Amino acid sequence: MIAAIVRNGFRALRRDRGALILSFILPIAFFTIFGVIFGGMHDTTPRVRLLVVDEDRSEASGRLVRGLLREPSLNGSTRPEARKGEPAPPEYTAATAETAVQQGDAPAALIIPRGFGASPMAFAPGGERKALRILHDSSDPVAAQVVAGMAQKVVMTSMPDTMADLGMKYFAQASGGLTPEQRKSVESGLSQLRGQMRERDQAGGAPAAAAGSGDNGGGLVAIEVRDVVGEKKRSPMVAFYAAGIGVMFLMFTASAAGGSLLDEAESGALDRILSGRVSMTTLLAGKMAYCTLLACAQLTLMFLWAAAVFHLDLFTHLPGFFVMTVATAFAVASFGMLLASLANTRAQLGAISTLIILTMSAIGGSMFPRFLMPEGMKKVGLMTFNAWAIDGYTKVFWRDEPVSHLGPQVAVLIGAGMVLFLLARRFARRWEYA
Amino acid sequence: MVPLEIDSVVKRFGELTAVAGVSLEVRERACLGLLGPNGAGKSTLIRSIIGRVRPDSGSVRIFGQPANSAAARAEIGWVPQDLALYGLLTCRENLDAFGRYQGLRGKALRDAIHWCLDWAALADRAGATAKTLSGGLRRRLNMAAGLIHRPRIVLLDEPTVGVDPQSRNRIFEMVEALRNGGTTIIYTTHYMEEAERLCDSIAIIDHGRVIARGTKEELVTQSFGGRSDVAMRFVATVPGIAVWAASRGGTVQDGTAHFSVDRAAEIAPLLDGAAEGGYEVAEVTVRRPNLESVFLQLTGRELRQ
Repeated sequence: MIAAIVRNGFRALRRDRGALILSFILPIAFFTIFGVIFGGMHDTTPRVRLLVVDEDRSEASGRLVRGLLREPSLNGSTRPEARKGEPAPPEYTAATAETAVQQGDAPAALIIPRGFGASPMAFAPGGERKALRILHDSSDPVAAQVVAGMAQKVVMTSMPDTMADLGMKYFAQASGGLTPEQRKSVESGLSQLRGQMRERDQAGGAPAAAAGSGDNGGGLVAIEVRDVVGEKKRSPMVAFYAAGIGVMFLMFTASAAGGSLLDEAESGALDRILSGRVSMTTLLAGKMAYCTLLACAQLTLMFLWAAAVFHLDLFTHLPGFFVMTVATAFAVASFGMLLASLANTRAQLGAISTLIILTMSAIGGSMFPRFLMPEGMKKVGLMTFNAWAIDGYTKVFWRDEPVSHLGPQVAVLIGAGMVLFLLARRFARRWEYA
Repeated sequence: MVPLEIDSVVKRFGELTAVAGVSLEVRERACLGLLGPNGAGKSTLIRSIIGRVRPDSGSVRIFGQPANSAAARAEIGWVPQDLALYGLLTCRENLDAFGRYQGLRGKALRDAIHWCLDWAALADRAGATAKTLSGGLRRRLNMAAGLIHRPRIVLLDEPTVGVDPQSRNRIFEMVEALRNGGTTIIYTTHYMEEAERLCDSIAIIDHGRVIARGTKEELVTQSFGGRSDVAMRFVATVPGIAVWAASRGGTVQDGTAHFSVDRAAEIAPLLDGAAEGGYEVAEVTVRRPNLESVFLQLTGRELRQ
């Protein structure tokens, strides 16, 4: 008896493609996506993009810059990328680096101040030394800590001679002075070490393994961290999560709303509608308008809730919120229409949409912030609505950027929405005539 | 202007020819019954009329306009066999939705909804959602939704499927009210008695062709002339009845022998023959052939097969 029940279950499952996809393909797809995100396949730790500004221009600061640029866990640069066919743009200054961080080009910038080379480090907290400055975008809570740690490590590995020199000075102070022979021997050793460092710089080799890293105040170098974006925000990640979670559920709602087309086809109402004065284009446009308005209402409710409960500053960002909400809602609605026009049944729609929406949400940043993903994954994420919508809302609520800066996000969302709508219209021809 | 002209319509779906050169003309205020077994091509023909199927050849014209034109669509009301309604909307909201899809607005729409609710006797259930209605009421709402724009031609596709006798009578009254109001009706059904009661002419379709067309009397005369059907039921089922009936030009169905006779005088020799063969007759019925008989005669199948 039990065997018969089991056999029936497997027979039904074999013929239910939707259930098969949900049971076997979706878990594998998710396993693969998260495996890639967390570095199981190609990359290890995601590299932190860092802008480096050398105001000191000393030998020590130059070595620090080169060390940072070589550091594999950092994606450092001293100047913006040159456009094709154009000369290289000037190096970052403290001001332009700060602007770049505010605009989201990088989560952090490291400023090496004038005078750093004269006294770059101290063995004791409070010792005489010039502090490095990190300008930080606090929407990426990891970047500043990574940069600070890496700076300590690079100072040790790229300036061992300076460290040894400083050590001997401390020793001399504590021991009452070196004999001339001892001083000569130390100078010889330091000279040899400097020669090795020059050779390594010329060879462009990797830094030596880290001996350890210090915290911002208590390490070899002093580091000051300043948030240049979001320093006054009370709930730094709320806008990110409101957009991320909002878009994901919007897509589920849109596919369900688009599914009304399948209900109408199944009940015969679609035939009745199309036998009257309504064309398929008009019908799809009407359903698109409904889905768009529904999505707008959902996003508005989501952000109102965020404003009421998490103190999101919604009301001073209304124009940007409006533009992003309409663009996102339009794109998501067209996505729902396309899925509905592709599916043959509600069950099929449910399976397809669950697979696609969860996949897009995973790689698009709705479930896991994109700035923590490997570079390749970040680029793949740009294939999703989630990424563009989250980027746009982040610009509005996090970076306080004007509406005019939302051009790329709005263009992509509206453009993709129009393309998907046209595709949906094309696939909906199967319902038009026999 | 002729309400409906179908001229040599052919429609193929791959290897299958669903409609194989049908020509029909329906005059104004007529009620044409479209009869045919499942798969005969009725639905494809109806979908050609409402512009949902594009014929491979031939033409369909509604008051002189091509079937898929906006002008033609405005003149046609289609009541599908499926309950093509929004289950979560009320009766009034359903009618409002389909009225707007037909381009009605304002007072014209309100008047149309009022008329439909009255016509379908649904005024007291106007606020009930469609999914909460009984099968019969949903059928009536389904019909009302197809007529919201007051078309001059109405296509009713099996409007009484699955309804109780009381609701069926109500639907008959609705159709008769339409017919009396001057609407041209095309009515497909599996029930002969419906066609006999409601339709003034009948077209029988089989294998994608119209194999007979006329009034009930004309069809019976075409098939049987002046002959009548004699049904002879026996006290017991005895082996050899089928052979005996066949020897006298008859057939046996469900143990009853059927003979076709021209005159009443032909009945007595049949009874004598039965007695001689030892077949004890329990009942003899004489009746004029009906549409069922015609259908059986023409297609070799029962209508509900």
